[in-house]
Amino acid sequence: MADDKDVLRDVWFGRIPTCFTLNQDEVTEREAEPYYLLLPRVSYLTLVTDKVKKHFLKVMKAEDVEEMWFEYEGTPLKWHYPIGVLFDLHASNTVLPWSITVHFKNFPDRDLLHCPSSSIVEAHFMSSIKEADALKHKSQVVNDMQKKDHKQLYRELGLNWYRSADKFDQFWAMNRKLMEYSTEDGGFRYIPFRIYQTMSDRPFIQKLFRPVSPDGNVHTLGDLLKEMDPTALPNDGVVFNIFPPVCLRRSFMSLTLSLCFSLLSSLFRRVSRPR
Amino acid sequence: MPVSLLWAVDVYGRVYSLSTAGQQWEQCHDTQMEFKRVTAAQQCCWGIACDNNIYLNVHASDLPIRYQEETYENQRWNPVDGFSERLLPSDRWQWSDVTGLQHQPMDSFQLPSHSWEWEGDWYADENFEGEPTEKGGWSYAIDFPATYTKDKKWNSCVRRRRWLRYRRYKAMDTWAKIPSQQSSLPDPFSDISCGGWEINEEPRGRLSLWAVSLQGKVWFREGIYHHNPEGCLWEEVPLPGEVVQISCGPGDLVWAVLWEGQLIVREGVGRDCPKGTSWTVVDSPSPGVGAIHVAVGNNVVWALTKDNKVWFRRGVNSHNPCGSGWLNMVGQMIMVNVGLNDQVFAISCEDRAVYFRQGVTSSELSGKTWKAITVPRDRDRSHSSASTNSLQSAGCYFCGEVRTQSVVSDVESDTDKVSTDGASCLVTFTSPESFADAPADLSDQPDETPKPRIPKVTSDSFISELVSDRGPGRAAAGSAAPAVLEEETCISAEGEVKDPCAGVALSPSQSGGPLDPQWSNVDLEEAQAQTGAVLDTAETSSLSSVATYTLAIEDQYVVDEHPLWAWVSGGGCSVDSHSQLSWFNCSLNTSSLIQSVQSMSLSVTPAQTAAWRKQIFEQLSERTKREIDNFRHFEQAIEQSVWVKKGTMQWWRDWKPHKWIDVHFALEQFSGPEGNKDGILFIYYNFCEEKKYLHAFVNEVTILVPVLSDSKHTFAIYTPERTKQRWPIRLAAATELEMHDWLALLSMSCCDSRGIHGPPSKQAIWSITCKGDIFVSEPSPSLEAMPYPTPCDQMFWRQVGGHLRMVECNSVGIVWGIGYDHTAWVYTGGYGGGFFQGLASSTDNIYTQSDVKSVYIYENQRWNPVTGYTNRGLPTDRYMWSDASGLQECSKTNTKPPSPQWTWVSDWAIDYSVSGGTDREGWQYAADFPASYHGYKTMKDFVRRRRWARKCKLTTTGPWQEIPPIPLSDVTILPCGAQSNVDAVPLWAISNKGDVLCRLGVTTLTPAGSSWLHVGTDQPFKSISIGAASQVWAIAKDGSAFYRGSVSSQSPAGDSWYHIPSPSKQKLKQVSVGRTSLYAVDENGNLWYRQGQTPRYPQGSSWEHISNNVRKVSVGPLDQVWIIADKVQGSHSLSCGTVCHRLGVQPMEPKGQSWDYGIGGGWDHITVRGNSIEPPRVHLCPQTDPSVSRSPLPVRNTEFDSNAVES
Repeated sequence: MADDKDVLRDVWFGRIPTCFTLNQDEVTEREAEPYYLLLPRVSYLTLVTDKVKKHFLKVMKAEDVEEMWFEYEGTPLKWHYPIGVLFDLHASNTVLPWSITVHFKNFPDRDLLHCPSSSIVEAHFMSSIKEADALKHKSQVVNDMQKKDHKQLYRELGLNWYRSADKFDQFWAMNRKLMEYSTEDGGFRYIPFRIYQTMSDRPFIQKLFRPVSPDGNVHTLGDLLKEMDPTALPNDGVVFNIFPPVCLRRSFMSLTLSLCFSLLSSLFRRVSRPR
Repeated sequence: MPVSLLWAVDVYGRVYSLSTAGQQWEQCHDTQMEFKRVTAAQQCCWGIACDNNIYLNVHASDLPIRYQEETYENQRWNPVDGFSERLLPSDRWQWSDVTGLQHQPMDSFQLPSHSWEWEGDWYADENFEGEPTEKGGWSYAIDFPATYTKDKKWNSCVRRRRWLRYRRYKAMDTWAKIPSQQSSLPDPFSDISCGGWEINEEPRGRLSLWAVSLQGKVWFREGIYHHNPEGCLWEEVPLPGEVVQISCGPGDLVWAVLWEGQLIVREGVGRDCPKGTSWTVVDSPSPGVGAIHVAVGNNVVWALTKDNKVWFRRGVNSHNPCGSGWLNMVGQMIMVNVGLNDQVFAISCEDRAVYFRQGVTSSELSGKTWKAITVPRDRDRSHSSASTNSLQSAGCYFCGEVRTQSVVSDVESDTDKVSTDGASCLVTFTSPESFADAPADLSDQPDETPKPRIPKVTSDSFISELVSDRGPGRAAAGSAAPAVLEEETCISAEGEVKDPCAGVALSPSQSGGPLDPQWSNVDLEEAQAQTGAVLDTAETSSLSSVATYTLAIEDQYVVDEHPLWAWVSGGGCSVDSHSQLSWFNCSLNTSSLIQSVQSMSLSVTPAQTAAWRKQIFEQLSERTKREIDNFRHFEQAIEQSVWVKKGTMQWWRDWKPHKWIDVHFALEQFSGPEGNKDGILFIYYNFCEEKKYLHAFVNEVTILVPVLSDSKHTFAIYTPERTKQRWPIRLAAATELEMHDWLALLSMSCCDSRGIHGPPSKQAIWSITCKGDIFVSEPSPSLEAMPYPTPCDQMFWRQVGGHLRMVECNSVGIVWGIGYDHTAWVYTGGYGGGFFQGLASSTDNIYTQSDVKSVYIYENQRWNPVTGYTNRGLPTDRYMWSDASGLQECSKTNTKPPSPQWTWVSDWAIDYSVSGGTDREGWQYAADFPASYHGYKTMKDFVRRRRWARKCKLTTTGPWQEIPPIPLSDVTILPCGAQSNVDAVPLWAISNKGDVLCRLGVTTLTPAGSSWLHVGTDQPFKSISIGAASQVWAIAKDGSAFYRGSVSSQSPAGDSWYHIPSPSKQKLKQVSVGRTSLYAVDENGNLWYRQGQTPRYPQGSSWEHISNNVRKVSVGPLDQVWIIADKVQGSHSLSCGTVCHRLGVQPMEPKGQSWDYGIGGGWDHITVRGNSIEPPRVHLCPQTDPSVSRSPLPVRNTEFDSNAVES
């Protein structure tokens, strides 16, 4: 029987085969070979593309290099979305490997945030953690943690895990604390989540959503989606049966942005009652 | 926690029970009559019915209550007739008791009451002191009384034999009348209270039952114990006044209320004197207002005064049963009752609802608030849902059916949810939010509907009830019921009551009428109940006849009929402040809904959970296949890296002098070339100012084992090399948390390096350390290989959460365990728990597990001619407070629980259950320390000692679920071949009282089974084992062996026991049967093999000595033999309790040749009965073809035959 852990493990070890090609407009000394990588789904682009950068810099002059950014079929890829979200949003129907174009010029300031160093990613990630914790525990956990070992948390929970992407076990030891709740309080206050949409002006939907309805029903993922966007859902309340795998993943990954696995597994537990 | 019941009586005299797992009051449908009061223990409930007789309701159990009657037939030899029944005139009776003094013919044995039945006829016992006798069961002696032997000798002049017959208590789950005692009971009982089951260590069933008669006398029921639940007779207890009400706690507290309003406390209640010796008067809490009601628990006393105020008595304990002072508590109650764990239940005088006192803990005995129990009664609901719930509370808790049932009720509740939501909002929620959520048309529905639909009958009776309850003119008792009148006349016929007209109104008139309005309620209601009962039947019939009513309407109607309670008893209700009860927040409409929600959050989730998880998992696997599998040759975005965790610890130095030294500890983890993870452990220490280190490769570590220590948080790391040395790396962490973090991390790292994940396999070998920690090892196919098996010091063990004393498994994955407190547990299929987190622990199938054990210390005294026994010993003597050996000083105050995980849950108490017996104060005497002790004082005794016990409790988590209610001491599961598909797996067990039990309904899907089948024995048993061909062997407490005949899948319990003589002069203590081999261990540590078993003669012919130095044996489905050895010498040290493997075991040579030493010491238990992995075939055993494993017995037994012939 599949365990929650099997699921989490599969999610954590999800990889996307990617082909990086240099944008044709870039000035190079010789032709740049495409570069193939397995990108971890649960990470950020800027954290895992050191190799890509190194590869292309070999064929470029230093003065031609500005901040690196990525684009897929004309869409600049936001580094602050998890890689899995980006893929599912923009390229889920593509032929693998996922072909990403690398740019070193003309940074699209209107679409992308600058990311001069990895500490920015860390800050972004930590703010997501805090945000989710605020929703779940009124920030108690993070605050308590800081008291205990402020710096270590940042190191361990934050960047390191995302950078190395295979420290799932150790990550869990830390993440467990964020996922704990006493049964007395009836679980989390709110479910932290974000729903990303391609066809929308809004970058994502984020609302307060309690895990349990006022009449004592445990909310399912279907309930959540229905409440957020009634039109986007098939008529019935059934959740997973009718979801194509892509949608399923999208919800996974959107959750991972705000709190990586914390969220994810909380929904796992709650989605259990298809009616 | 097993399900238990709260009992209550409503004002109509109907008896209800509420299950701790339930959500509604279940009416006790058995009752033909109304009850006044009930008092419950966990195994039974006593009540006073309206006919003023006492009734007993013993809860059904898989373990029957049976009593062994015995009588002796005595014969004398004479030259003419040989042995005949003609005895000398000076001889004893021909039929007598064991002493010969009592005449006991067979027909003098009568059933004590209608509640008993004979199990069978008399039969002669063919067992004599653990030895089988010749046919007929005679034992011989020179003369009466003398030493009897089982063999007839030339000088045997007399003989006798024992006849046995069993009677069984049959009145289970029904109210059985206790035969009234004609001679000495002049007036009917008005109050009753049971308790006292914790006074001594006798098995569950011993009770103190106190009763109060209408005249204010107090009676004590003698002789209630397990085999005699009804007790034998009432004894009057002298009193300083007239009593109205009495309360008896689980321990030694007994309080009563006098008519005048004072309270009296029973003093001198104890182990030897459950009745107590004298009364002490305690004044009423309130000077002007007398007490009318009292309730006591273990360490608490609650009382009510006539103005319905609630009082709590401070400072009550068994040393000071009177306590020190009263505290006024909030609330107005008409009765209060203290249940188990000092939890308090009460009935308020305002609304007659049952209230539970929340927040009562051992440190805060007075609790925090009153909380009303708001569950509906079963009649209040539709019949279908009632039956669902009754099923659940009836104890079908683990079986598969409940799940489907609860699904059904889900559907049902869903369908009616829409129509009833509004009502439920009104009842349960006060937050505006919930109102806003409810659609407007629903929320105003209740306002319109109820009036026309309330049946007139009910509302009338309800109102009149209220009137009679509150109104001053409550002399309505004039309309007393016929039953009561009848009682009256019989009373007056006896001339004991002066005023025959007093009737039921007797109590109010005596208690001073108006002063005591509430108190008389119960009796008045009693009268009222007669009319109420008639209405009641009308009402139920109307209910059932209108099956067309929708649920909503029915519910509307009962919301108004708020139950009025008269009496509650929590003596059988096992709750504590941590219990998750669903009694409070559910209204009629939502309760079933909440139930379903809870079943989900308790992760006893229905199959759906598994379904959606599986679906997600499949989708993810698909994704992996699609996205990754074809691109594995792609470079990883991030290179693997080395990861280090460091810390400081203490290390038990390898060289002498051994001591703890501070070290730096580091785990370095890295990924190997093939992506597998590995690591190295480093211990950095200073030696002579020089920095040095010690290291161990993670992939060589065979086990990480927590070590028992009362002060340090220690664990040991073994490698094969260290196992050989018997000298592990011993480390101590600064805090428990730190140790657990390290253990979790290291264990994860070890598992990673060996690629072991998820739950143990079905073939896993389970073992348990003396600390109660559980370990599993995955057997490799070559573990049982011949001639070169894997050395067992190379086996890798990983820990599984939980705490057990023993564990047994078989090869289809059924695993049972037994805790130190004899609780039975079944393995749920999960892994982790305890200190494991994250990936090392499954999220499902992990439950809270607790265990209780006793810590013992000894009080030692020496006699001197001046002062007798004192605690002043000789200078050479042991400590006056010590451990069993006398070497360690152990005083009451400095003795700690075995490890920091344990906490004390009781106070020190004298332990009388010491082998050798004790005197009345628990002392054992001897000539000197150390010596053999006996339980009586002789002239030669100069020292004495007694044992004190204190219970401690551990709470942890693990993949185990409790199997209530029968505590076990041994269990065995049929070892099946790997590919066999048995429907019901035979599982046998021994209860902690020595009963043999056979579990029904055990399958791979329902490993917990459904119920116990009791298998009768003539004596208590202690060990049992079942072999692959259903051979059941057992060891009795006297050390003799038994074989159970004719056990098969058709007759899972077999037909009869065959007594097998034990090895000469040895008492066996444990047995294990594999495929065909049988091994047993005796009390002196010898291991015996049973010779000469054949299919025609499965009992075998003789015992063959194999080895000494053995504590326990486990024989597996391949006939492999594993033991726990007593002592094993390694190169550095000696280990006690070591896992050993018998080498050279072959079909032709089932006894093997030598031992291979594995992990240890400190091991208590091992089971290899899951390992049915056939070793790879080697040329040495050509005759083993696949057919052997499928039908092992015939093939093997021809071999045995030839063996037997040869030898």
